[in-house]
Amino acid sequence: MAEATELTSDITIIGGGLAGLTAAIGLADHGFDVTVVDRAAQEALTDVSYDGRSSALAFASCQLFEAISVWQYMEPYAQPILEIRVSDGPSLLHLHFDNETLGDGPLGHLVENRHTQIALFERMKELDNLTFLAPTKVADIKRDKASATVTLEDGRVITSKLLLGIDGRGSMVRAHAGIPTSKIDYKQHGIVCSIEHEFGHCGIAHERFLPSGPFAILPLTGNRSSLVWTEKSHLTETIMGLSDRAFQSEVQRRVGDFLGDVKIIGGRWAYPISLQYAHDYVAERLALLGDAAHGIHPISGQGLNLGLKDVAALIEVLVDARKVGLDIGSTQVLDRYAQWRTTDNASIYAITDIFNRLFSNDIEPLMLARDLGMAAVDKVVPLKNFFMSHARGTVGDLPKLLRGEKAL
Amino acid sequence: MLNEESNNIAESTAKGATVDLDEVEFFAKIADSWWDPKGPFKPLHILNPARIGFIRQEVEKHFDLEANLIKPFEGLRLLDIGCGGGLLSEPMCRLGADVVAVDASEKNIKTASLHAEQSGLEIDFRNNTAEALAEAGEQFDIIVNMEVIEHVADVDIYLSACRKLLKPDGIMLLSTINRTAKAYLFAIVGAEHILRWLPVGAHDWNKFITPKELAAFSEKAGFAPKAPTGFVFNPFMQKWSLSDRDVAVNYAMAVTAD
Ligand SMILES: Cc1cc2nc3c(=O)[nH]c(=O)nc-3n(C[C@H](O)[C@H](O)[C@H](O)COP(=O)(O)OP(=O)(O)OC[C@H]3O[C@@H](n4cnc5c(N)ncnc54)[C@H](O)[C@@H]3O)c2cc1C
Repeated sequence: MAEATELTSDITIIGGGLAGLTAAIGLADHGFDVTVVDRAAQEALTDVSYDGRSSALAFASCQLFEAISVWQYMEPYAQPILEIRVSDGPSLLHLHFDNETLGDGPLGHLVENRHTQIALFERMKELDNLTFLAPTKVADIKRDKASATVTLEDGRVITSKLLLGIDGRGSMVRAHAGIPTSKIDYKQHGIVCSIEHEFGHCGIAHERFLPSGPFAILPLTGNRSSLVWTEKSHLTETIMGLSDRAFQSEVQRRVGDFLGDVKIIGGRWAYPISLQYAHDYVAERLALLGDAAHGIHPISGQGLNLGLKDVAALIEVLVDARKVGLDIGSTQVLDRYAQWRTTDNASIYAITDIFNRLFSNDIEPLMLARDLGMAAVDKVVPLKNFFMSHARGTVGDLPKLLRGEKAL
Repeated sequence: MLNEESNNIAESTAKGATVDLDEVEFFAKIADSWWDPKGPFKPLHILNPARIGFIRQEVEKHFDLEANLIKPFEGLRLLDIGCGGGLLSEPMCRLGADVVAVDASEKNIKTASLHAEQSGLEIDFRNNTAEALAEAGEQFDIIVNMEVIEHVADVDIYLSACRKLLKPDGIMLLSTINRTAKAYLFAIVGAEHILRWLPVGAHDWNKFITPKELAAFSEKAGFAPKAPTGFVFNPFMQKWSLSDRDVAVNYAMAVTAD
């Protein structure tokens, strides 16, 4: 049967990654007709070799997944984070956050990105106002006062009121709109792998500040953890080239022995790390979300959480606009999204940047200062609560979805 | 203080236009100015969400509609009087209403039609008056009568035409400016002279109507008026909100057929 070559929907999304599909599902769940385009096939996006990362999903992000009925498909793979321990390499002084202090359930959950992506596809099947076109390539984008038109290489044309660029760091949509970015290259890579270990992790996430950069041990379901090992870029290639045995012993050395013997499971991945942000989040009939708008250092495990905040804020802005019959792609409506998100994101860029600079070196006085600083923060309850609420993602002017409510 | 008929800006463009200027292009330019949220009609764009929120709330209550519908006005015939560039007509159409929009200015009607067509909306725009429509025996479930009454020559004649236009179980939403010292400061001194939101002389303070007078005029024309709702402006948020208590400047009133 011949496929329709002219499609119309309320919203077209380029990029069906974690943020893109969450946006698509959230919008469809709120009654908008959505078309999503990705250059990678669904099978590729959920393949074991595609993304080895696991994400620490803040409590607020889990609320969003719950509100749009995705959480049920993720829950079996979600490991609650009960405690976060931050320590400075060999130093004994440390900072420690646990859910008792806030008394409001876990700080968040760790889920392998692959399982989140699969859960999103499961939920997508239930929504008949959501169309997923992949693998396919975008040949052309046109935007004017009234609409945005996306032409695919296979000749199909999608017309809608609003185009969303959720196509990651190298966003083609952003480039098409000529939106400039600023970038700081940290000359670091994030080496990612999963391990199986002898002893249980008790739901504790560890962040250690080693001289080459932060090293995170994040608890997964069962006796497994996900590692993010930040390394100087010029050393990354060597480490990635190590034999399995040599790599495993390097990992064991860094993890220490509190988990007993560790064994690498699955592959290893290396991601270049930079801070990058778009100067504008919106243009005529266009909005950027997720990494396309901002990519930050994984030090705080906030990248995806920020993208999900974009998603929740945009859905609320669009639902509010529809309630009073406004054009969802008009400047007036998009400006509200941009304003809401830029203020919030700017402070996160600054905090993670300062953290990384402070912790990625071994200059004596700095080490002492941050040790004392951490010990001090650990003693002062209000300060701790401040940091914890940040980790849970429950600060700022929260969109309804992040409070677990629908944006009606 | 806000009114869609006082588009002197567009009027002066008309005089300056050369004869051979393509008509569509000409009206497209005016539409651009109407629809630019930062342009000459900025105050209307800022007020729009609040006044549509009011209309929606009153219509939902009156027809006992389900909450949170995407097209709550589906199946209802709506008349937008003094539609200007269509800033209210288009949202009403998106909310599902079957919209007829009238304006005494032909230029406004051409501008509004062009914009609605570009937006893919079907709205019946007519260069006509409420009085003529009443004469022709047209009737509507909803009449939106926003920021018009302070500009009409004879309120009694105007409202009795509106009364004829309303179906027996219909509802009409009126909004206007109160005749208080605060309204004088805000609408005339503030909006016209200081903020230059509107051309000087756009309003005549003596024509402003108090909620009590509006209720009396409505009753005389055969309507049953409800309690007024105020629009309150927050200059820091650049946002209007609805208030049950503060009706000192801009306010709205729902009336039904008596
Ligand atoms: C080492 C590391 C660890 C991290 N850990 C965490 C963590 O613990 N917690 C956290 O919250 N975040 C974490 N992050 C950040 C997080 O992974 C990202 O923020 C998140 O994946 C971004 O999602 P996205 O959907 O915006 O972009 P992406 O995941 O990059 O998705 C983009 C999608 O767009 C598609 N696409 C791209 N270009 C085109 C095109 N031209 N046409 C069509 N489709 C296109 C791609 O195929 C892809 O599906 C980490 C990042 C790194 C590097």
